[in-house]
Amino acid sequence: MSYWFRNDNRLPQGRLAVVSYVIVGMIGVLLIGFWKLQVIDSDKYAQWAERNRVRSIPVIAPRGRMLDRDGRVLVDNYPSFSVLLLRDDPALVMKHLPAIAEGLGVPINDLADQLDSARNLPKFQPIVIKPEATKGDVAFIESHRSDIPLLEMLMVHRRRYLPGAFMAHASGYVGEVSEQQIEASDGRLRPGDFAGKSGLEREYNDLLQGTDGMRRVIVNSIGKEVDRLPTQEAIPGKQIQLTIDYDLQQVAETSLGQRPGAVVALDPHTGEVLAMVSRPTPDPNDFAIRISAKEWKDLNEDPLHPLLNRAIQAQLAPGSVFKIITATAMLEDHVPSESFTTFCPGYGMFFGRQYHCWVYYAKSGAKSHGVTNLHEAILKSCDVFFYTVGIRLGIDRLSYYGSKLGVGHKTGIDLPSEEAGLMPSPEWVERVLHRKWYPGEVISVATGQGAVTTTPLQLARIIGGIASGGVFKQPHLLKDAQNVGEERFPISEPTIEKITDAMYGVVNEPGGTGGHLKLTGIELSGKSGTAQVIGYDTRSRVGKQKKFEDNAWFVGYAPKRDPEICVAVLVQESGQHGGEAAGPVVRDVIKAYYEKRSKKREGQYTADVNQSGAGSNGSAVSGEPKRVLKPEQAVVGVPVKATSGDRQ
Amino acid sequence: MRDAPGTRDYDWWLIAILVAICTLGVLEIYSATYGSALAGMHTRQIRWLAVGFILMFVISRLDYHLILDQAWILYLVGVLALVAVLLVGHRRFGAQRWIPIMGESLQVSELLKLIIIIWLARFFAEVRTDELSLRDLIKAGLLVGLPLVLILKQPDLGTALVLVPLLVIGAFLGGLQWQHAAIFSLAGVLLVGSVFYPPVSKHLLKPYQRERITSFLHPEEDAKGAGYQLLQSKIAVGSGGFWGKGFRNGSQNQLGYIPVRYSDFIMSAWAEEQGFKGVLLALGLYMALLLRLVQNAQRAKDRAGMFLVMGVAAALGFHVLVNVAMVIGAMPVTGIPLPLMSYGGSATLFVFLAIGLVMNVRLRRFVN
Repeated sequence: MSYWFRNDNRLPQGRLAVVSYVIVGMIGVLLIGFWKLQVIDSDKYAQWAERNRVRSIPVIAPRGRMLDRDGRVLVDNYPSFSVLLLRDDPALVMKHLPAIAEGLGVPINDLADQLDSARNLPKFQPIVIKPEATKGDVAFIESHRSDIPLLEMLMVHRRRYLPGAFMAHASGYVGEVSEQQIEASDGRLRPGDFAGKSGLEREYNDLLQGTDGMRRVIVNSIGKEVDRLPTQEAIPGKQIQLTIDYDLQQVAETSLGQRPGAVVALDPHTGEVLAMVSRPTPDPNDFAIRISAKEWKDLNEDPLHPLLNRAIQAQLAPGSVFKIITATAMLEDHVPSESFTTFCPGYGMFFGRQYHCWVYYAKSGAKSHGVTNLHEAILKSCDVFFYTVGIRLGIDRLSYYGSKLGVGHKTGIDLPSEEAGLMPSPEWVERVLHRKWYPGEVISVATGQGAVTTTPLQLARIIGGIASGGVFKQPHLLKDAQNVGEERFPISEPTIEKITDAMYGVVNEPGGTGGHLKLTGIELSGKSGTAQVIGYDTRSRVGKQKKFEDNAWFVGYAPKRDPEICVAVLVQESGQHGGEAAGPVVRDVIKAYYEKRSKKREGQYTADVNQSGAGSNGSAVSGEPKRVLKPEQAVVGVPVKATSGDRQ
Repeated sequence: MRDAPGTRDYDWWLIAILVAICTLGVLEIYSATYGSALAGMHTRQIRWLAVGFILMFVISRLDYHLILDQAWILYLVGVLALVAVLLVGHRRFGAQRWIPIMGESLQVSELLKLIIIIWLARFFAEVRTDELSLRDLIKAGLLVGLPLVLILKQPDLGTALVLVPLLVIGAFLGGLQWQHAAIFSLAGVLLVGSVFYPPVSKHLLKPYQRERITSFLHPEEDAKGAGYQLLQSKIAVGSGGFWGKGFRNGSQNQLGYIPVRYSDFIMSAWAEEQGFKGVLLALGLYMALLLRLVQNAQRAKDRAGMFLVMGVAAALGFHVLVNVAMVIGAMPVTGIPLPLMSYGGSATLFVFLAIGLVMNVRLRRFVN
């Protein structure tokens, strides 16, 4: 044994004790560290651990369907897949973004933009980066689950509307919610969610939209799903039944064709809207996926305004249809008396100026109406008669009756963005135009020209209401509507009798402007209107141009008293007389109504509830629906303007 | 001179503490690898532990004076082995730390820690003065510095750092003078400070080491990069709460969010599943172990034995401190395992060999 350690038992006991204390202190400090993490900040870390562990994937609730009054499906859903991007980890997202862009065929800049617009949302909320996944996308996601653990498939329900833009303006369409909608929704909506943007989809969005559920899965550190937590089921939206009659709607759509204009069919007893058409129209199926900013801009800037629901938003001069209001005022106030007659030589001199009657410009027949009373004046739509009556009544009485009967007031239909039209008055002229009322203006107003404007829906309500004895039901589209509004404007029995007799005569008596519309066995009545876009005299100056063509109106109903159906039709810039252009549409719809009713009475009619109108259009079903509505396609079938350069 | 100590001379308390800590480790390795590709690792760990216990008893039978006699030879062999590793050792995890011996890869640096403990015990035992002279201090520093630099070259910052407390405790117990302590503390503080100061650390550290330090300072900045490990470890520990999530029930652990959860971060997995109460138990056991070692040192027969035991205590204490501090995010990731709990062959064998030396000293405290 070596010498070096001998006799050396001097141990530094003091310093050894110090080491003991150091050991105790060290363990103590470590325990304090654990105490801070595990006791003081425990909740925070528990949340983080939960967020690590649990991935929440929304389960989209299907929107409620829309049915017609017989229970036929008008608006339905079909399943589809969206691609979700999980954004919990920005570094990982940035790393994989190029690969994702290439794999899904989405420009990387688009992805970056979408990420940017979602920057204010919690990171653990995934965003939709591709709304309609193709089979290739699904394969890409599945095969890259381990190396790109950021993508998920989300089952969604896309809206499917009937093909051919059937009832498109009434149904409206859904679209991705805007940032404002998200903010206003108290967290109910997330980017990429769909909500009603117009029409019934928007009006009844709260009913139609269900509550999304949440599928919660446990994922491991490489993003692989290892287990599932109880799913929070989605609550589907409620189905709504409409007052629309599929059969009548079909007839109205076909009959109007692609002419710009609108059709509204009402049941004046109840206010139920049986059909509503507006042309031109985009196909709402195109909005059901995602519409680009440019496509949207094109639609909005289209000079034909395809997004406008003309049935409730077109505010146009009602033309001679307004004469019914003038006639009501005349008979009710006895100014002039009911036996009043005028002589119409084709024009009249008022306030030192010559005003022409339409008959002066008629293509055939006599250029005058001769001596006319009220009945004949309505039948033949004599302007000179109503010019005179208008002057006798004065603007105050006219605007009182016009306003009381509904001109200038919204009907209160259950659709967003309804327009009110306008009933001019001296006060209105002073308030808005800052000028004096010209006495001559009453001549225009009495014949539905000048500043008077109405919507097709308004006219249907007014004419139907007058024929029903002054009872105006609030038009509506929801079948089970509660508290349907009703306005009563007492009109005396003789007045109603005289006016309805005259409107019956328009169709059924010789010389009536709607004589060609006569239907055997049906008391079709109505009033035509041909509203000038510009005055007769201006027209002869500027020559014949499409955009200055007359707007053709016809408001018809049946039977002649207390009607069951009232149809207002507008055909814009047709260049035809109201009875010629709009009348046949009214006739077709009313004829279809009666045919269906008699079939029902004989028990021959059964509504095919399973009609597959929606399904028959292949493009709406397939995984890759058509996307863009090109502006030039939108006007196909409208034999106007698209090629002629004279619009510039 | 009697050289046949009886079984009752063994430190049975120390062995009981060892068994307890190892049990916690095996349980947590079982839990952390359950159902994963690494399942069954706990049985391999048990095999290492069995080998370790045998080695511990074997080494305790051999008089430590005989081992200390060979200190310089061991030192030379150790340094040469380090050089050999740098020349032929195969790369694993980006570092040359392993040379193949007997079919198993052994980490040379683990063995080197043991050699340095032995060599320092011999060195300080030979110092006859009550106070440590500056000359001796510098000499010890240089001779520890050589292998330290070689280990840094591998690069293995963790093991290299372990040599520092060995030197410190030896010097402290060997009669370090306060003024020297002050000077060297200052130098140490400057060195550590410069490591955390980017303009200087640029020249001192490898990029991955700098990254670890950056991610330690700002873990949330880069949640899946280098800071990820620390952050996930903290989440695991914190979410465990006081009572823990239960055995095999820690989501951070079971779903693999904790990095190397069966080895370096085993304390993180333990803390998540067993909570603060489990941490109290584990750290309590480690404290008992360390204090028991100090007690053995206090009762050693001579200074050589005392230095040997305290070298072991310093090495183990430093491992526990650095590893556990890392788990709670108070220190950067250094790759230092938790003794007796972390899975690992070389590290486990090192601990048992070291404890074997302690037993050796204890067995001979009454022998003359």
